[in-house]
Parts: sequence; structure tokens; C-alpha cells
Amino acid sequence: RNAFQLCQIQLYKLKCVSINLGNGVLVCGGDKTLDGYSKKKYVCKLLFIFLLGHDIDFGHMEAVNLLSSNKYTEKQIGYLFISVLVNCNSDLIRLINNAIRNDLASRNPTFMNLALHCIANVGSREMAEAFASEIPRILVAGDTVDSVKQSAALCLLRLNKTSPDLLPMGEWTMRVVHLLNDQHLGVVTAATSLITTLAQKSPDDFKTSLSLAMTRLSRIVTSASIDLQDYTYYFVAAPWLSVKLLRLLQCYPPPEDASLRSRLTECLETILSKAQEPSKSKKVQHSNAKNAVLFEAISLIIHHDSEPTLLVRACNQLGQFLQHRETNLRYLALESMCTLASSEFSHEAVKTHIETVINALKTERDVSVRQRAVDLLYAMCDRSNAKQIVTEMLSYLETADYAIREEIVLKVAILAEKYAVDYTWYVDTILNLIRIAGDYVSEEVWYRVIQIVINRDDVQGYAAKTVFEALQAPACHENLVKVGGYILGEFGNLIAGDPRSSPLVQFNLLHSKFHLCSVPTRALLLSAYIKFINLFPEVKGTIQDVLRSDSQLRNADVELQQRAVEYLRLSYIASTDILATVLEEMPPFPERESSILAKLKKKKGSSKLPDLDDSRRNVNGSAEHTDDTETSPSLSEDLFPTDRPHPPSSFPSILFARWAAGVTNNIIFPVFFRFVCKSNGVIYENQLLQIGLKSEYRQNLGEINALSREAQTSLSPATWASFSEGIQRHSLAKRHRS
Amino acid sequence: MMQFMLLFSRQGKLRLQKWYVPLSDKEKKKITRELVQTVLARKPKMCSFLEWRDLKIVYKRYASLYFCCATEGQDNELITLEIIHRYVELLDKYFGSVCELDIIFNFEKAYFILDEFLLGGEAQETSKKNVLKAIEQADLLQENIDFQTSLFAAPS
Repeated sequence: RNAFQLCQIQLYKLKCVSINLGNGVLVCGGDKTLDGYSKKKYVCKLLFIFLLGHDIDFGHMEAVNLLSSNKYTEKQIGYLFISVLVNCNSDLIRLINNAIRNDLASRNPTFMNLALHCIANVGSREMAEAFASEIPRILVAGDTVDSVKQSAALCLLRLNKTSPDLLPMGEWTMRVVHLLNDQHLGVVTAATSLITTLAQKSPDDFKTSLSLAMTRLSRIVTSASIDLQDYTYYFVAAPWLSVKLLRLLQCYPPPEDASLRSRLTECLETILSKAQEPSKSKKVQHSNAKNAVLFEAISLIIHHDSEPTLLVRACNQLGQFLQHRETNLRYLALESMCTLASSEFSHEAVKTHIETVINALKTERDVSVRQRAVDLLYAMCDRSNAKQIVTEMLSYLETADYAIREEIVLKVAILAEKYAVDYTWYVDTILNLIRIAGDYVSEEVWYRVIQIVINRDDVQGYAAKTVFEALQAPACHENLVKVGGYILGEFGNLIAGDPRSSPLVQFNLLHSKFHLCSVPTRALLLSAYIKFINLFPEVKGTIQDVLRSDSQLRNADVELQQRAVEYLRLSYIASTDILATVLEEMPPFPERESSILAKLKKKKGSSKLPDLDDSRRNVNGSAEHTDDTETSPSLSEDLFPTDRPHPPSSFPSILFARWAAGVTNNIIFPVFFRFVCKSNGVIYENQLLQIGLKSEYRQNLGEINALSREAQTSLSPATWASFSEGIQRHSLAKRHRS
Repeated sequence: MMQFMLLFSRQGKLRLQKWYVPLSDKEKKKITRELVQTVLARKPKMCSFLEWRDLKIVYKRYASLYFCCATEGQDNELITLEIIHRYVELLDKYFGSVCELDIIFNFEKAYFILDEFLLGGEAQETSKKNVLKAIEQADLLQENIDFQTSLFAAPS
């Protein structure tokens, strides 16, 4: 048996013994008092068992008892147990807090550190309440030992994250900032982390830390490697502290003071230059530490976005990393460049690397690196390279991981719409998306292509033709059938002249896919069929036969059955005029913000998404920056539409005669009919007044709002002496009973 | 800020878990399971970083142990990689050529060393000397106590 197997056996024995011991000794514990040493051993074993993955629900009391021991190691195990197995029992919390309080007051640095570590590890609200005032005092007190100061700073940081309201920093702020000047670099490191978090919440309070941080950073960056002694890591001067200081600086905009700004620029230039110098060591730790500082400096440069020379230098440096041997550096360079691409100073510089990025997309083995390449292509896309980038992303999509396909689809859809000059290209792109990754093409994408086709006359014929051809493929994705069904239903007449795409051919093509589709798609196709009856009277008979079949009229799905029944009936009783009006071509969609962008933001988290320039694309696809269009129409727009197509002027009077009979008021409301089908509209209008109706119905509940306003046609606004409104309810039921 | 650090073997056995954010036991188990699977599925030549949920994962394998840290979106990946390396150096100096067994059998020491180096998810002491000095002092205290106990232990 080799050594490892022996150890495994030992481990197993230890486990069994511990569980037994644990059960035996501690449960029946009352009469047998354990001495501190044994208690420590048992608590330790329990902890070990817990960390192996078993649940432990006893031993807390013993651990808490250990806290009050004077012996360091017993205390240590007690604190470790409590930090790992946090318990919400309020009695225990009280005892724990007492022990901590004693240790904090003990003036023994080792004990104080233990207590502070415990608070930082657990960070519960009760602890915050108990010690919120104590810890800042320890932090800034003159007689506090350095190691305790470090612990106190980070302890405060933790409490600030979990219970920020309990920590009034006011009086301590100045002295905390002053810690940046401390002799001990460990203290400065811890303090910098604390100040960074506090500055994010209240930047004004900590503004004074800026110049101190900058001074510190300059000194480190320009120091010789022997100066910082043990804080030099593989020939790099205090890399952790440098990174933290650079992070602190990112909490603020570029300094207003000119001398400060130039000092900072100098500092950053030094860091950038150092990257070009030959390495002092071949070890990967050296290059990692050096590059960590470099990347953080680049982050700061990008955040400030104010010095073109720095930005271009940063871009060039990243460009070099794009082709580095080390995968890590290529990954980070791609990621960093993404943020750089949105800066106007460096956008052009980023674009020069497009070939490298495309190459990365094709050749990188690591999927996470390829994903960064996709992100960068999206960020650097503009009018000049849109076609190229979309083509590359489409070809990448063919072999991409399933997990990332939806995101790529959304991005391609957004880019294609945003940079389309020629909308036939846009239609082709979306249809390609459906062909390549149909399952991942969400509703927002294909709704959008339909909206755009409807709004643009010049692309309707092309769309009909392309969709028709695409549907010829033996196996096409259901989303294509949806898009195709809708477009042919609306614009099939544009290609009906050609015998190859005659009405009957179109219908047969669509109907051949019918049985393969899900219910919502079939419903869409049925709507397309009734539109065909309107467009192409010659196929009316054929389609009526289809609608009449049992599989439609007695379809198990209610929606399909209803549509089939109603459309069939409509095709019989409606005259050609009525049918033409009912099935009139869809009006253009109003301008609205793309829902695709919203979906992508939700997926990625908007902080990660590089901002494309902020013009809201309207559905007409024009290139101007639009003003902020209201996404939710105001009440007046909804209610008194001026450009909405008017409802048909004559309705089959038979259907509505019953309603008409019920109206007994003196004023005749011819427009009353309108509200059978519409929820909103003007119900009465004269020179002075307009009354509108706004109603909403849901299942068995309905709500009607009547609103009045001055007529817009009045030349001089009338002065109203008084105005009163009232609603009278007539019971119509009485009249109908007879 | 680091949200958590996990050490696990190539078979997926967890050897150390340090959490810097409050999570329920159930959540911790779920996260551990998923993340361990994701990292173990990666091939050797791949880069040390990956995006997982809304965190950045930085990991590196040392012999038979994977050291895996989860950091937040703004954190610096390379410096986290060096945090891992520094921690390994500390363990190595302390145990003398550290191996997985050392961490299994002396888990409490591994935690103590980690606490001296990182606190609340941030590096508190980046001087190797200072960290090791603090641990040595603690050990000295323990030796004294053990010595006393063994001298004066009464026969039970």
C-alpha cells in the first residue's frame, strides 16, 4: 500500500472516530467537562467534517466557549469555527459579540486581529451594530499597531458593504484619508481599498485622497526596485498597491488642477513606457505583475477619456498584445479594446486592428477568447466596416457554441439595422440569421424585420421575392415560415405576376409547411390565407376548401378553430369591398425604440455593453439622429389620433341594428358604432368641445374613462364659465326583454 | 473585490472554501458544484479567465490542485492571478514544498495564512515576510502552550 492510500485510510478512521466522538461526548456533555485542549481538538474535528461536506448543527456552544479562553490557539479555532459555520441563534450572537468586544479591548494585537478577522469574515448586521463606532476609532488611533490597522481598515470595508447605514464616516474621513501617507505600505494598501469603496458612495468627501494617491503612485512607479524591499514582487514595485491606487483614481474624473493633471499624465506615460522596456525577469509572475499595472493604467486612461496621445498609445500597446504568445494577454487585450472602441479619440485607432480581430475569431481555440473578439467587432462597428463585420459574424455563427448564439444573433440584427444603407442587405442578413441559427432568433428580431419591410416601400418586393425563394428550401426553420407567411400575405401580390410565383404556387408553398408548424405559426398562416383570398380571388376556392376541412374547423386548438371558422365565414359573406377594407395593407408602424437593444442589454447587463452612438433608430431606418420619441404615447395622442386610418364608414347594418335600437338619447351618435371594435376614440365633437372615450376590458371586467377637452378647431379659446360632467346609466335590459 | 476562493482537486473534491459574501449553504453548494464542473471542463491551453454568471473567474492549476477565485466585473484579472501565486508561495514557504495532503491535514493553517494575506476579499498584506512572521508568532504561542500542557498533564 502506498503512502497516499495509507493516508486515505487514516482519514477515514479519523472521520468515523470523530463522528462517533462528536455524537457521544458533546451530546451527553453535561457532566463531563472538557479541558480547553480537548475542546479545541473536538471543535477542530467538527470543522474538518463540515468542510468535507457534511452538515454540522452542534458544537457552536463549545466553539463560543473557546473564544473566551486565554490561550491563543484555542481562541483561534473558536473564531475559525464561528466564521465558517455562521449561526443566527441570537443567544450565541450575544455571547460571540461579548467575546469580540473583550478581545478588541484587550490591547493585545494578536487577539485584536483575531476579533477583527472574525468581524470581517462574518460581517453580520448584529456585529455591525455592536462595533460600528469602535472600529474606526481603532483604525485611526495613534497607538494602534500596523497589523491591527490593516485588519481594521478591511473590517470597516466589509461592514460598509453589508451595513452602510450604520457607519457614519463623517468625523473619521480626514484621518482615514491621511492613512495614505503612512510609512507602512501594508497599511496604505488596506486603506486604499477602504477609501476606494467609500469614495464611490460619497466622492466629494474623499476628494482630498486624489493628490495623495497620485503622489504615492508616482513615487512607486519611479522607484528603483530595491527601494520597496519586501513590497517588490519579482522586480515589480508594489504591484498590488499600484493597481489599487489606479482603481482609486478611477473613482474620479480627470483632475481639474493643471499641475496635478500633468503629473498624472507623466506617471501614466512612464507606466506605458516601462511596458516597452526589456523584461528584467523571464518568469511569468514578473510579466503578470507588470502587465496588471499596465492594464489598470489603460483602464484609467480609458475612464478619463481626455488625453488623445495617451489613448492612442494605449491602443497601440493593446494592439501589440493582440498578437502575443500568451492567451491571457490576448484575452485581456480584446476585452480592454472593447471599452477603448467607444471613445471618440481612439475609435479610429481601434478600427485599424480589424483584420487581427477577425483572424482571432477564426483561429483562436479558446471559446472565451473568441467571445471577446465578437464583443470587440460589435464595439468597433461603424458605417465603414459594417458589411465586413456582419459577414464575419454570420460565418462565425455557423460554428459557434450554442450558449452564445442568441447573443450573436441579437448583435448581428442590431448592426444590420443600424448600418443598413441598402435595406435589401438588411433583409438578406436577417433571413440568413434565421437560416443559420433559427432556434436562437428571438421574436424581437423577426418582428423587427417585418416592421421594417412594412415601413419601407422600396424593399417590399425584394422581401417577398427573397422570402419566397428561401421557403423553397426543403427544410426551413419555422421562424422563416412565420416571416414568409406574413410577408407573402401582405406583399405576395408584388411577385404574383411571375408564373413561377403565381398565387397558387405561393399558397401551395406555404401550405406545404403548414403541418410541420406549431400552433402560433399555423395561426399566422391562416391569417395569411385569408389575405390571399383578398389579394387573389382566383385561389379563393382552393383556400376555402382548405379552411372548410375538418382538420381546421374541428381543430383541437381553440385559436385555430376560431380563425378557420371566422375566416371561412368572412370569405363567404363579405363583398370584395368589405374584404379589401378589412384586410387592408398594414399601416406603417409608429417610431419606437428597438426592442432588440433592450433585450441585449438585459442579457448582458448594460454596463458591459459598449454604447453604439446613441441615435435612436426609427423604424423607417433613416440616418438622422431622432429626438427622444416618447415610448409611451401620451393620453391625448392615444385618444385623438389624427393620422390613424379611419374606420370603415359603413358597417353591415344588420349586425348593429340591435345596438342602434338601444340608443334613445336625443343626440344621435353615428360614431357609436366605432366603439364596438375600438377601445379608444372621439365619441362626440363640436366647435367647442371634444369628448373622448378610453376603455379597457379584461375577461369579465371593463373600465371606461370619458375625457373632455377643448376642441382644437376653435379659433379663439372660449372662456368657460362652468363645466360639469355626469354619467347616466340606462338600463337597456328592460327594453330587450320584450 | 474577491467574492470567493475555492481549492479543489482534479476529481472535484473541495479542499478549501473561503467566502467573502454572505450566501446560504444551499447557494454555496450549488455555486461550488457548477463552477467546479465548468473549470474542470477547460482544456490545458485555454486562458486563465472566463466569465461565469456575472463574475470573472480567475483560476490556475498547481500540481493536483485548482485554485479558483471569483472576482467582480471591474477587478484586475492579472493581479488576481498573482494573488493566487502569492498564496501558493506562502503555503510553500510555510509547509516546505506544499502538496495537497498538507492542505487536507492542516486545513486550519491554510485558513489562517489566507486570513493574514486577504481580508474581506482584498489583499491586506502583500509583503511575504510580514505574513509569514505573523504566522510564525502564532505557532510559537502554540508550541509554548503544548509544551506546558505536556509537562503538566495530569494522568486522567
